[in-house]
Amino acid sequence: MSKLTLTTEGERFVVVSRRFRAPPEAVYRAHTEPQLIQKWLLGPDGWTMPVCVCEARPGGKLRYEWSNGEGRGFFVTGEFLELEPYRRIVHVERMFLPERTPDNHVETTFEVERGGTLMTMRMSLPDAATRAAMLATGMEHGMEASFARLESML
Amino acid sequence: MNKLDAAFFALSDPTRRAILARLASGEVTVMELAKPFEMTQPAISRHLKVLEDAGLISRRVEGTRRPCRLDPGGIETIEQWLDLMHKALARNYDRLDQVLAEMKRPKRKGAQR
Repeated sequence: MSKLTLTTEGERFVVVSRRFRAPPEAVYRAHTEPQLIQKWLLGPDGWTMPVCVCEARPGGKLRYEWSNGEGRGFFVTGEFLELEPYRRIVHVERMFLPERTPDNHVETTFEVERGGTLMTMRMSLPDAATRAAMLATGMEHGMEASFARLESML
Repeated sequence: MNKLDAAFFALSDPTRRAILARLASGEVTVMELAKPFEMTQPAISRHLKVLEDAGLISRRVEGTRRPCRLDPGGIETIEQWLDLMHKALARNYDRLDQVLAEMKRPKRKGAQR
């Protein structure tokens, strides 16, 4: 039920999908309400999100700041482009590590499936070369390894 | 800059990412690299220096040529970092499962699980 999958699509797309045992309304809210986002979008254990700005309306801004509580942190900024409540979110984001990463255009959809929700996140990278570099630097391999581990946990 | 910072700095430039993609298919010389990028050899050499300092590529001397290739060590550093990212992604969604379960649970006393 809750398996995470990753595939590539066309020249510039990376697609992540996962199923949840909850209706689309709940999964959508967990992606757009700061007090809910701060409970799960945290990364490795020990990290928190002290700053969560999520203006879920077309043109609204997002800013997520993470901290490990020991002086290390990074942040993401972005803008919402389109929102269809409980069905679809389109936004653009970039990370600051602190160097700014290329803009990542993301379309997230929430579909009813077998009493739960199928969430699909379609990320589009600036160009084929950027995605090729991602794959060349072993991203695909790394992902496969962690998915295999994840599968053995489920 | 530590090794990972240097690696990500090196990856922050589209030309350098394209060079890495090109090297994924095998060893090439500066001259061969310069062609498709429509850049001068000195410009390409500067990018290669950044990639080399970040440990992402290595170069060897072969007469007057200095062919370069991907460096497995540097790539491994990135891979480890990505692996952590992917674990974090999986961890996030496991946590989201819990958040969703809490949202579903009625707030009244003695609620059924």
